[in-house]
Amino acid sequence: MNAKRPINLQWLQSGGCGGCTLSLLGAETPDLFTVLEGAGVNILWHPALSVESGEEAKDILDKVLAEEVELDIFCLEGSVLRGPGASGGFHRQSGSGRPMKDIIAELALIADYVLAIGSCAAFGGITAGGGNPSDACGLQYDDEVCGGLLGADYRSKKGLPVINISGCPIHPDWVIGTLMQIAMGEFDESQIDSLGRPKSYVNHLVHHGCPRNEFYEYKASAQHPSQLGCLMEHMGCLGTLAQADCNTRLWNGGGSCLRGGYACINCTASGFQEPGHAFFETPKIAGIPRGLPMDMPKAWFVALASLAKAATPKRLAKNAVADHIVVPPFKQTEKKT
Amino acid sequence: MKQRILGPFSRVEGDLEVKVDIDGDRVKKAWVTSPQYRGFEQILHGKDPRDALVYTPRICGICSVSQSMASAAALACAQGAKRPDNGVLALNLMLANENVADHLTHFYIFFMPDFTRSVYQRETWHEATANRFQASKGTATAEVLPARAEFLHLMGILAGKWPHSLSIQPGGSTRAVDRQERSKIITIIHSFRRFLENHLFGDKLEIICALNSAAALEKWRYAQGPDKSDFCRFLHIAECLELDKLGRTANCFMSYGAYLGIGGEHFLDRGVWSQGKISPLNSEAILEDLSHSWMSNRNTPRHPFDGVTRPNEEAENGYTWCKAPRLAGEVMEVGALARQLIDGHPLILDLVAHSGANVRNRVIARLLEIARIVPAMEAWARQLKPELPFYIHHSMPDEAQGAGLIEAARGCLGHWLKIKNGRIFNYQIIAPTTWNFSPRDRDGNPGALEQALVDAPVRDGEIDPVSVHHIVRSFDPCMVCTVH
Repeated sequence: MNAKRPINLQWLQSGGCGGCTLSLLGAETPDLFTVLEGAGVNILWHPALSVESGEEAKDILDKVLAEEVELDIFCLEGSVLRGPGASGGFHRQSGSGRPMKDIIAELALIADYVLAIGSCAAFGGITAGGGNPSDACGLQYDDEVCGGLLGADYRSKKGLPVINISGCPIHPDWVIGTLMQIAMGEFDESQIDSLGRPKSYVNHLVHHGCPRNEFYEYKASAQHPSQLGCLMEHMGCLGTLAQADCNTRLWNGGGSCLRGGYACINCTASGFQEPGHAFFETPKIAGIPRGLPMDMPKAWFVALASLAKAATPKRLAKNAVADHIVVPPFKQTEKKT
Repeated sequence: MKQRILGPFSRVEGDLEVKVDIDGDRVKKAWVTSPQYRGFEQILHGKDPRDALVYTPRICGICSVSQSMASAAALACAQGAKRPDNGVLALNLMLANENVADHLTHFYIFFMPDFTRSVYQRETWHEATANRFQASKGTATAEVLPARAEFLHLMGILAGKWPHSLSIQPGGSTRAVDRQERSKIITIIHSFRRFLENHLFGDKLEIICALNSAAALEKWRYAQGPDKSDFCRFLHIAECLELDKLGRTANCFMSYGAYLGIGGEHFLDRGVWSQGKISPLNSEAILEDLSHSWMSNRNTPRHPFDGVTRPNEEAENGYTWCKAPRLAGEVMEVGALARQLIDGHPLILDLVAHSGANVRNRVIARLLEIARIVPAMEAWARQLKPELPFYIHHSMPDEAQGAGLIEAARGCLGHWLKIKNGRIFNYQIIAPTTWNFSPRDRDGNPGALEQALVDAPVRDGEIDPVSVHHIVRSFDPCMVCTVH
């Protein structure tokens, strides 16, 4: 990539909520526009941030499609709406009436890098929930099945599949980190996992850095919302399976789902929107959670869990079902006989 | 008579198309199209009722907490759930955090950049305005984004993250805060107050809240000077461009009432304001008309408890995915202007008495609301009692129904839910911009924006009339909520 020319980025939104852009706007130290300026990224048009509307906006897009302007990065936020039938009529571009899915496909063919921003653009996401009434899919995935709008064989002009920055929403750093790596010319296929997600954040588990880890270790579990205990046994938490760094990177100055008091729903995974059970309940077989921690043999989990339960300190048992610490850590003294 | 199709519109949170008939230098008629359909109401059918708390915030990334609040309220209504005082306060703080951050984002990122357009380059205020409010590059953006991000640290504590939290529950909040966290919340709000007083208002919030008439506002503004603050800059532009004459509607306003206090009263009143008269809200009189929507089952307008959402792109006379909600057959305008009017704020009462609903008054009401809500947030944070509960658990009934009526930044947001056999049987949502950007109804009455665009001036040679942009964005539309 020529360092003297700005890196052109075109952003479009389709079947989603716009929340990934709103999350991205919360980027801190520095703010989003300072980051982009430093990286030499020039936003050609972004539906929520650009001043251009109507004919001006269409002109920008037409020039990109006509390849009069080089398109380095194409970001899609929101899923691709294929319905009704295969018409794409559930989202037509304002002002032209063209199905957005067709414009998205054309841009993907001429972009050096294609980024799916959020789980909707990556896999279909929430919009593909229930019976998927809008026939939503991701750019290159239909839930966990490779294909989607562009097909399994699709590669962008730089030879990469779609880079799936999944998450509902994305953490600002996940997008910024990927854009920076691209700008520095060091983002290649070795940087993504088997679902096309940047390894920089999916090589971690949400479980890492969870403030409830001690409760997890002793299987001291919360029974109801607002309690401090581990949320895996009863409350549907998938943090030991979910690939993301939410509890080490932290959100909005120090938060995470677990820190907010509720279960991880594994929103960076394909098909997370249909877990097959109520989100707030842990499905169990013979009292044992169905979704065991990633790469842990079941027999070991059962053995360790029953041992840990038997050894649970009273402090943890009591705090697990309280909404604030009722028993602080204290040094146990041996009784003299 | 010329007809034009305008779009895409940037900075409207989703996608919008407007068709206008132009005669000479004026818009004569307008038709508003919401061009995207996702089908949340269909997705929710058959789900565990609690799962609505996962799906509905994801209708919208900018009104996410508002959607959670409406959903939790509908579920609480179905359960007969009560919230402890801390739960009420924590939920108020989260909703206020989102609403105020949205007002801020609207003013700086979505609305003001239109005045930097080259069409205004001969105006005396253009250069300074372009320098201050240019999209993504203006001096304001560099100050606003860090202030907004820091303000949203409140969500990091109370909601885990923003958008798309699950901390908002029918029985309160999943996140109890301790004393240190409460003091952190108070500090965050105080820091945001500093930003507002230094940059947005150039004066104490209490002084802004106390402005009690159009004359008082004028007097304050002249004492400040046109460049003292961003509010003054806007008022100066509004005067030069006569924004008080732009974007008028029929003066019927509705508010569901905002921020329930621990005594059960609303901080901002619920009600309906029509031609100068206030009346109580009867939510039973809300019906959704589908006569001009791309929807099937259009025979009779239905109350949302019995609402049906079956998309049909071929529907006769249809021109949008948006339904047309009406209150007792009347078109309602919703939003900050409606809220402040119905709450009886003297400045807004006076402004509406003089010039009705218009671009300038909508923006003033939004900024006034920021000045009123932030001190309320300070008070709510101080009322939190860390040693007491934030949540009360209730079980979910197998058969029930519930409505959750709340105020999002953009106005009235309602969720209506029916539960059968422990599953969601029907879930219907009417969002603020569904009201404001609704299509015509069976009697041919245009929606609020369709009314507001009539008589919009068109300059010589303009393809996309800038007046249309000011009017559209004065409503702070959220198109992803409008059709969900």
